[in-house]
Amino acid sequence: MPRPRSPLIPCLAVLIGALSLGSLLIGPAPITAPVAVKALVSDQGAASVVVREIRLPRTWLALMIGWIFGLSGAALQGLLRNPLADTAVFGAPQASAFGAVLVIYSGLVGTLSWALPVAAILGALLSIGLVVLVAGRGASVVVLVLAGLAVGSLAGAGTSLAISLSPNPFAVTEIVFWLLGSFEDRSATHVLLAAPFVLLASLLILQAASGLRALSLGEETALSLGVDVARLRGLIVAGAAIGTGASVAVAGSIGFVGLVAPHLVRPLTGYDPARTLVPAGLAGAALLLAGDCAARLIPSGTEVKVGVLTALLGVPFFLWVIARRKAELLETPA
Amino acid sequence: MTLVEARSLSVDLGARRVLDRVSLALEPGRLTAVVGPNGAGKTSLLRALAGLLSPAGGEAVLNGAPVDRMRPAERARAIAYLPQGGGIAWPLPVAEVVALGRLPHGERPGALPEAGRQAVAAALAAVGLQGFENRPATALSGGERTRVLLARALATQAPVLLADEPVAALDPRHQLVVLGALKDRAREGATVAAILHDLTLAARFADTILLLRQGQIEALGPPEAVLTEARIAVSFGVRAEVLRQAGRPVVVALSPLSGT
Repeated sequence: MPRPRSPLIPCLAVLIGALSLGSLLIGPAPITAPVAVKALVSDQGAASVVVREIRLPRTWLALMIGWIFGLSGAALQGLLRNPLADTAVFGAPQASAFGAVLVIYSGLVGTLSWALPVAAILGALLSIGLVVLVAGRGASVVVLVLAGLAVGSLAGAGTSLAISLSPNPFAVTEIVFWLLGSFEDRSATHVLLAAPFVLLASLLILQAASGLRALSLGEETALSLGVDVARLRGLIVAGAAIGTGASVAVAGSIGFVGLVAPHLVRPLTGYDPARTLVPAGLAGAALLLAGDCAARLIPSGTEVKVGVLTALLGVPFFLWVIARRKAELLETPA
Repeated sequence: MTLVEARSLSVDLGARRVLDRVSLALEPGRLTAVVGPNGAGKTSLLRALAGLLSPAGGEAVLNGAPVDRMRPAERARAIAYLPQGGGIAWPLPVAEVVALGRLPHGERPGALPEAGRQAVAAALAAVGLQGFENRPATALSGGERTRVLLARALATQAPVLLADEPVAALDPRHQLVVLGALKDRAREGATVAAILHDLTLAARFADTILLLRQGQIEALGPPEAVLTEARIAVSFGVRAEVLRQAGRPVVVALSPLSGT
């Protein structure tokens, strides 16, 4: 593992610790910090039920999913040498949701089945693989974004079709539930369903770290430096798809964390794509957990969905990156 | 002694044969300039010799072993390759870009051992970029960036260096600096080949000129033997006058020939 020279990782770890504690405190039931900590480690009656069974799972999910989104985003940006790359830009969350929706629609399995993440992963694999294939042939960033838009729209249309054709109102409710993206009412079962996939995805992506560094100088140079570019591409596409699919399967469609997180840490990591990976993952975890806390704090009748929140903040950020780097982006092959 | 050979080497790009049964040997200690009109197969030849593409026929050989069957890290330590017009994706500090040349040795930028640091410093000095170590590579001029990328290739300290148009975007002064650095590398014992379009520069710096045309070797030999007015007319479709300066050919292209 590459070691950054700055104290960035410890700082992010402290931030994540503070946010995690905050996440255990925020909710309809008023619980103070000392009680929350006690409730976590010993049986404190109702407080323990709230902290351990409601707030802890959603905290874990936000951390895991934020981590894998940040990591995937940084890896895809490194792979395509393009600061606009992200699973969300490639339509992967929509494609994952479509995969999950097909499974729910068939009515064969419940929402806690292994079939759900597997279908979601296949959807993500298809969309990311397709866009990387198109972009990998020297296409410009415009083609990259358009390809992602097309794939995302197609998946969205498929999902809409499933909703409109569904004879089963229960299935429709479940489908809509996937599309919103939230950590509300998630249990330890959801955590256990996603965790192995997130772990696997992290291992795949982290293996690609040192090759990404050589890829800063283009595929040709990376090849000449002994990097197996095809294997690198496979590792990252598979990692990003598995991470996205597993995340969508348990939390629905949450976008743009992977786009934003690497940008936040890059100036502090010296822009080396290998050294950006872990800090981007940690920043993603902190971002999504902060987003989930904010979703709970925003006063409204029903809880604001965190997926809606990340899109509301992420899309303007995406536009800002485009505006700031317009000239070079138009000329850079993806 | 590192000998690079092409043995009846053919390369296809799609359905088109761009290199057709080329056989040659590049010798250590010599700078070979690869020249020829656009589409003659120069880049394909260099890429095949560097082991970056699989030949359609024949083989590229390094010290008797086919390069496309070498282990990637071993091949990368033996052959440094500088692609044409390579970019730098992120605003990495110059020293880190050059340090990427140490990856085949298992050395990471930011944690270079003494030998790696010396190689990076020597490479930066060779292209005249001392003092640029901490500058972001993307904030440099085109010419400076080209030299950073050459320094990256030099830092590998590979016994073979293959460069695709290393002076294409450079002003006259930096063309001389870069070709001087390549020549020095050859004088140190390396096998160096560079694709060049400026025939006068090629004649001035190269020990050997390889003239390619339509995927085949048109001529291979010392500059004064290869660069004749008749051959330039046939290969490039240009009426040219070849003058002499200090015994080396100076090529002045006069007009395009009709019918080519």
